Amino acid sequence: MISVSRVVKSYGSGSAQVRALDDVTLTVQRGEIFGVVGQSGAGKSTLIRTINSLEQPDSGSVHVAGRDMTSLAGAELRQARHDIGMIFQHFNLLSSRTVRANVELSLEITGAGRSERRRRALEILELVGLQGKAAAYPAQLSGGQKQRVGIARALASNPKVLLSDEATSALDPETTRQILDLIRQLSKDLGLTVLLITHEMDVVKRICDSAAVMSQGRILEQGPVEKLLTTEKSLLGQALFPLGEIPETSGAVVEITFTGIPTDRPVIAQLAREHGLDVGILGAAVETIHGRQTGRTRLELPGDEGTVAAAVADLRSQGLFVEVIK
Amino acid sequence: MIDRNDPYFWADLLDTILKGAGETSYTVGVSLLLTIVFGLAVGVLLVTTEAGGLLAKPFGSRLLGIALNRVLDVLVNMGRSIPFIILMILLIPFTRLLVGSFIGPTAAIVPLTIAGVPFFARLVEIGIREVPKGLVEAAQSLGATRWTILTKVLVAEAVPALALGLSTTVVGLIGYSAMVGAVGGGGLGDVAFRYGYQRYSPEYMFGVVILLVLLVQLFQSLGNFAARRLSHR
Repeated sequence: MISVSRVVKSYGSGSAQVRALDDVTLTVQRGEIFGVVGQSGAGKSTLIRTINSLEQPDSGSVHVAGRDMTSLAGAELRQARHDIGMIFQHFNLLSSRTVRANVELSLEITGAGRSERRRRALEILELVGLQGKAAAYPAQLSGGQKQRVGIARALASNPKVLLSDEATSALDPETTRQILDLIRQLSKDLGLTVLLITHEMDVVKRICDSAAVMSQGRILEQGPVEKLLTTEKSLLGQALFPLGEIPETSGAVVEITFTGIPTDRPVIAQLAREHGLDVGILGAAVETIHGRQTGRTRLELPGDEGTVAAAVADLRSQGLFVEVIK
Repeated sequence: MIDRNDPYFWADLLDTILKGAGETSYTVGVSLLLTIVFGLAVGVLLVTTEAGGLLAKPFGSRLLGIALNRVLDVLVNMGRSIPFIILMILLIPFTRLLVGSFIGPTAAIVPLTIAGVPFFARLVEIGIREVPKGLVEAAQSLGATRWTILTKVLVAEAVPALALGLSTTVVGLIGYSAMVGAVGGGGLGDVAFRYGYQRYSPEYMFGVVILLVLLVQLFQSLGNFAARRLSHR
């Protein structure tokens, strides 16, 4: 649905030049929720703005729903943007308009008639759980409600794609969860493709099917979240399971990741019994990723190389993802 | 000196002042309309032709945008820096060309408008600058045209600030209109000057002053009220 290919974008010139996007290639499948994570200044904002051409890349191409966005201008570009909704960290609602009129702005732009605008605005406000707030002004709403208006406005014109620019970063944890669940629900119900950028790992954990890790204008890794979790040296895996620094140990250190496996299986006890290893637990983290208990345990395996290798092979044969750290 | 004991003294005074007030209303009213139209346009252009602005590249040319921005900025500064009494005199040939005479309420509209436009334009500029950039981006992401963004976002969101700016402008124009009156523009200034000053009548002078104070109070309060009612921040 979204395909970004070899996109480069620089700001400034000469020695002060900054490469906000450095040869970025990215694919988002139809209907999935794709999260781009990275610290501020990583180039995420620039990336999401190239998708609807708020930023023009220096080179490379951006395709959305079959349209080559970089080649569009004027009326064609505006038409293409009707298919791409966008929500923002600071909501960006018009303070002079009521909630309903904010949503109707989207429909005024697409040229809908007065009664159709009203009907559609009320319909979509109900969809985001804001029935009864149509006549309120944004200043009278909480942050979560404002973002719901933002979502309603973005979706009023029935777009195929929703772009989310740090949409939950200004919200408290509980409200963040509600908004993320709403996005997930809408994505499922409306068949929306969602591309979001965030610096919060919780967002990826809660709703993303796929993710990319970005740093200094480059994409370091990308793919389905579950696949990244079982990829050696995955940055996303390390970020989702913060086990801290690797301590000084005499034995080997391995990390076992459990995905989609009942975590009550006595893996460690088995290891000790069958391989005669005095297993030490150095750390563990359990996270709910996509509603599924997923965990990673860091173990110390004191023993000679052969015993450790046999133990690791045994674990792998049980379908566990094992990474030998040292 | 006007004879205060004349039985028609107060009736004449009322007549004269009301006639003056009528002329002032006409002069200020028309100048105000012209000031709103041109001041709004100039103020909007001042903001939007800046780098990264909505009209940074009118007709695809950044050079035209820069030129427009600089020229308007210089013109506005000129209009703001020339004292009104001098501007009035400077404009006499232009006024004569435009309305055929430089005396009378209609002729007074020309210098008043030319003084009002840059004044209001700066206030418009300030008001529009206050509109968060994110709102423009949001409208762009919805596929809005530049005209839609201009009218439904930038100007619409600045309306409370514009209402305040407008009342400040009206007050300024009323003040200027009194000055035009002193050099043949008619209106309340003319009454105060000819009856109050040249013919030594404190009644006429105070009558005009009280009316002017009331007018200024009225317009300022109206502006404040409108700004409060229109703002939903």
